[in-house]
Amino acid sequence: MDGIHDMGGMDGFGPIPIEQNEPVFHADWEGRLYAINSVTGAWGRWNIDAGRACMERLAPAVYLQSPYYHRWLYRMENLLVERDMVTRAELDTGKAAGAPVEPLATEEVFERLRASRSARVDDSVAPKFKVGDTVLVRNIHPKGHTRTPRYARGRRGVIDRDHGVFIFPDTHAEFKGEAPQHLYSVRFTARELWGPDAAESDTVYLDMWDDYLEAC
Amino acid sequence: MTTHDDHSHLSDVELRVRSLESLLTEKGLVDPATLDAIVDRYENKVGPRNGSRVVARAWVDPDFKKRLLEDASAAIDSLGYTSTQGVDMRVLENTARIHNVTVCTLCSCYPWAVLGLPPAWYKSFPYRSRVVKDPRGVLREFGLDLGSDIEVRVWDSTAELRYIVLPERPEGTQGLSESELADLVTRNSMIGTEKAASPQNGDS
Repeated sequence: MDGIHDMGGMDGFGPIPIEQNEPVFHADWEGRLYAINSVTGAWGRWNIDAGRACMERLAPAVYLQSPYYHRWLYRMENLLVERDMVTRAELDTGKAAGAPVEPLATEEVFERLRASRSARVDDSVAPKFKVGDTVLVRNIHPKGHTRTPRYARGRRGVIDRDHGVFIFPDTHAEFKGEAPQHLYSVRFTARELWGPDAAESDTVYLDMWDDYLEAC
Repeated sequence: MTTHDDHSHLSDVELRVRSLESLLTEKGLVDPATLDAIVDRYENKVGPRNGSRVVARAWVDPDFKKRLLEDASAAIDSLGYTSTQGVDMRVLENTARIHNVTVCTLCSCYPWAVLGLPPAWYKSFPYRSRVVKDPRGVLREFGLDLGSDIEVRVWDSTAELRYIVLPERPEGTQGLSESELADLVTRNSMIGTEKAASPQNGDS
């Protein structure tokens, strides 16, 4: 979706907030929430792409006004309800309805998190492009999740590396299958993306799946 | 309501997280001991020191560096960092003519298995929005002013590939041990927003 999360190239957010000697978590609740996200994710009711899609559905005004881990909380609550792990009534009252399940053991959680890290798949799928090909990023505006940023759509780049076959996030986020396909590192000149004021020498690399690209 | 007192806002969220942990514990969906273990892992075990050691090894061992640039995941695994298992990594080499910098414009993808959790600035709207369009301006905010003879390459992490920058080895470090070299490799130098630190003047 053409959401507020797709920020590449926007102006107006001010200077970079560089903090010296930054703690890993700025408050205990941030760490608890981070860990709750990991443990509930280990139940396998959603995948990383579905998790990102849920974040992207936050209302733009909420997304912009909320600090990072506040957004995580809103996403977490929505995911748990959407994936039938808790009900809105349970969230509102803080009281569980129904019998509890047996928790996953700590080692089991770590093992499941390890196993779900890679989006690489072994399927033998033919690539549509090869290194050195010039490609055009399709001018697509899907209603659901996508990893093709607006700033790259309709722009020409060159295939720099073929990473192999990976899960396609657009279908995976909606539980419509992995649609395995080749993923490439695509090189764009800064001027192709940002016009004549960009430095002539500079480049931007994006990872793009076959379905985002067409020959040109 | 358009404004919030910071303190009450924080308290509201803190209460919601406490309530959520309590509810999920009651339902058996989380075990507080597992939450403790995960927080401990990020606060005390996984952090940029792992990445610093990988970079220092690459500086002293040309064969390792070659393997690292060709297949970063396998090379890093070979050093025994199990936190990286299953992560598709790529290492980007800075040279006298090329400077690499990494970002995730769409969310906050970061090579946490090697560098730990990202700093707040990496996840911030100013960085995510601007570094792809004005990398040189952003790098100047970090104190790095690059000449026009240097190609700046920005890597937007749109997929499950995780990027780390291999910074240039600083001048005047010939006599340093691998461990002393690792001390010069800052987190930001592996994101690409600064160079590796120089050895202190007068140290030997």
